[in-house]
Amino acid sequence: MKQASLSKDKIKAVAIRYGFLTLLAGLVLFFSLSAPGFATPFSAVFIFQSVAITGILALGVTATLVVDGFDLSIGSIATSSLMLSAYIMVVLEQNAVVAVIACLAMGAIVGLVNGVLIVYMRVPDLLATLGMMFLLIGLQRIPTEGRSIAQGMTLPGGETATGVFSKSFLALGRHKFDFFIENFIPFSVIIFVVIAVLIWLYFEFTRYGRVMYAIGSNERAAGLAGVPVHKYKIIAYMISGVLASVGGILLAARLGRGDIASGNNLLLDSVAAALIGFAVLGAAKPNAFGTAIGALFVGILLQGMTMMNAPYYTQDFVKGAVLVVALVFTFSLSNRR
Amino acid sequence: MGKVNSSIKLTGLEKSFGSNRVLRGIDLDIPAGEVTILMGANGAGKSTLVKVMCGVHKADSGTIYLAGEEFNPQTPAEAIKAGIVTVHQNINDGVVPDLDVASNLMLDVLANPHSSVFLLPSKIRKSAKQAAERLGLDLDMRAPVHSLSLADKQLVAITRAMAHEPNLLILDEPTSSLSLSETQRLFELLDRLKARGVAILYISHRMSDIKRMADRIVSMRDGEVSGVFEGDDLDYIGAVNAMLGRKIADVDIQIPEVGAPVLELENIQLLPSSKPFSLAAHKNEIIVITGLVGVGKSLLASVLFGREALFKGEISLNGQKYNPKNITDAINEGVFLCAKDRGTNGIIPEFNISHNISLPFLSTLSKFGFIGRGAERGFAKTAIKDLGIICQGEDDNIEELSGGNQQKVMVARWLMKSSKLLILDEPFQGVDIAARRDIGNKLRETAKDRATIVFVTELDEALEIADRIFVMSEHGVVGEHRNMNADADLILAQVLGDQVMDKRMNKNIGISEGAAL
Repeated sequence: MKQASLSKDKIKAVAIRYGFLTLLAGLVLFFSLSAPGFATPFSAVFIFQSVAITGILALGVTATLVVDGFDLSIGSIATSSLMLSAYIMVVLEQNAVVAVIACLAMGAIVGLVNGVLIVYMRVPDLLATLGMMFLLIGLQRIPTEGRSIAQGMTLPGGETATGVFSKSFLALGRHKFDFFIENFIPFSVIIFVVIAVLIWLYFEFTRYGRVMYAIGSNERAAGLAGVPVHKYKIIAYMISGVLASVGGILLAARLGRGDIASGNNLLLDSVAAALIGFAVLGAAKPNAFGTAIGALFVGILLQGMTMMNAPYYTQDFVKGAVLVVALVFTFSLSNRR
Repeated sequence: MGKVNSSIKLTGLEKSFGSNRVLRGIDLDIPAGEVTILMGANGAGKSTLVKVMCGVHKADSGTIYLAGEEFNPQTPAEAIKAGIVTVHQNINDGVVPDLDVASNLMLDVLANPHSSVFLLPSKIRKSAKQAAERLGLDLDMRAPVHSLSLADKQLVAITRAMAHEPNLLILDEPTSSLSLSETQRLFELLDRLKARGVAILYISHRMSDIKRMADRIVSMRDGEVSGVFEGDDLDYIGAVNAMLGRKIADVDIQIPEVGAPVLELENIQLLPSSKPFSLAAHKNEIIVITGLVGVGKSLLASVLFGREALFKGEISLNGQKYNPKNITDAINEGVFLCAKDRGTNGIIPEFNISHNISLPFLSTLSKFGFIGRGAERGFAKTAIKDLGIICQGEDDNIEELSGGNQQKVMVARWLMKSSKLLILDEPFQGVDIAARRDIGNKLRETAKDRATIVFVTELDEALEIADRIFVMSEHGVVGEHRNMNADADLILAQVLGDQVMDKRMNKNIGISEGAAL
């Protein structure tokens, strides 16, 4: 009797640990068999490319989740960064370096403001970042009076914009490196992998990451152990802001224009990826590796469904369903909380 | 409303949580029309007892008799229906802050599924006013409750409770956040209820309150009733004695030679109203500061750890002026504090043992920010061995440990690096006696090169580990004893501070309790 329950516990432990990875493998197998053209390098490239941007944003979400916070403004930071980079190059006629630096600075400043609102003004995190989201959605449209930015566009004053997207900037989103197969690995994927590894190292192996987990678990106790809680919480929002702006830069480089309508799904997709990450390897906490896998999961799912000709409107439904299943994995099966 | 007549009798009440026997057979009478004071130190089982009576917990064995009839509430609603009403320490649990006074008083009518769907505000106000007037209260019915003073909120909560025509009213430290005049209003109300024949169980540590209200005193200790005091001339000292316990510790204290002074407090004053005092803590010395709850122990600990500013006076550490602006300052100066209430202030629930221990000193373990995991494990393994932490290994989650072992981890955390001054605030809270000894021995073993200050409420614990005992009362030090045939009666008298009891009637001591830890 006791042995039976013991092995049952073991099975449950294995299910919690490897359940989601198994599900991912099953998904890949299913699409490979049923969607012709899914298991090809071309489709892999496409998946990687879409995963890169949501993945980078999701890593930022992970940073705020670690300190038990939440950042709703990442989607709008990304689109602001998209518009800002386009504006700087097309309207202000600056080069790629200026555009990238300006975007990163913008992300850091927005993160700083979020952090200060939450830590010092005591605005609840969801509300502070919701407010910031609306603010940015409005702000990014003011300079062009609501129009998208493209090369040769007509400016509000009547004259024509003469700036162009620089080639090196576009390469960030479009260049693909040869890797066994010609034009296989997009530049943006390399950026994503590098960031993912850095964030993973930061949270798993450095004292800064450890302290941030401590804050998320018991802020008061962390403070009494001498942790400068306010500083680290603000840093978490700044990481989130900077990563969101990186996502926006890559999106701008891929699109080659400042399209005000793009990036609508960024927030939900990246939050889903970060939350799915809780279930990977039974971590039951926000973690960089899980988040990357979560982003890959969402990317594969969407690409597979597209290739099976599922209508676009079913995609959100399926994404939501996957998220709910992942959350059940995390919270119910592992008895967390 | 006529006179209610009731009395509550508990016999052989027992309650355990896991292997922890919290109530070990409680026999207790709460007669109608009298105020029974319940006293007990932290962890004595007072709140568990209250929770059993008001239906939150179910007793393992034993019986409750209500007006002679057996009564075992299964839910809080059942207890309320039977007329057992509790006003909790946290007042905001008892009121809805955003509604006005009238709606709060009539909340039970509003929440009743059988009430009519449309309720005229004027009608509600009228019946609410009647309810208040029955208790002789004059409250503005339209005022939103969040705008009221704490005392008025409490009166609203009690008035609402009275609508149930209670047989037994339980008050859990009701005056801990009230000013003197507010307290007086509460007492007047309680007098009226008493006259109506309501049985009142009143939990408090405040001597002035106890002297004003008590008809009987019941002391609890370690889940048992350790003394019942009644009659015209109540034995207050005896009651506190029974609550704190004075089984003279069978630990032999060999007071060692002390080294150089480490911490010197010169005429410091914690509050504008408190008396200045001086104190010096030396190397190789364990000082215990004892006193009742709310006499400034936690405030002093907070000042030394850089969490609160000192009102007046000078503190020096190893001869240098010591004035920490924040916790980081204090830790950098070599002053560590193992905070009380480890659940809220100490443990990181999602961390394992070794991560919990290393938290304050990660920087010393790290190179370029990367944590040296081998060294971290090493510290944890040593701590587990040295303190006898019962666990599978250093990777065990902290929440899987028992209370005593969790506390050992907390102590290990602050022993990881050597300190100039180690402060421990209530380190024996919810810790069994064996773990208590282990922790005490370890403190003694490591005390050589630092000064150690331990804050405890229980005299037993003080006598067990101290070289010198200081008694605090009213945010000042009122006594100093070398722990060698120390006169426990004198210590106790100072803890109670007879002159303090009378002064407290004129002053509100409770203010700083919220400010302290």
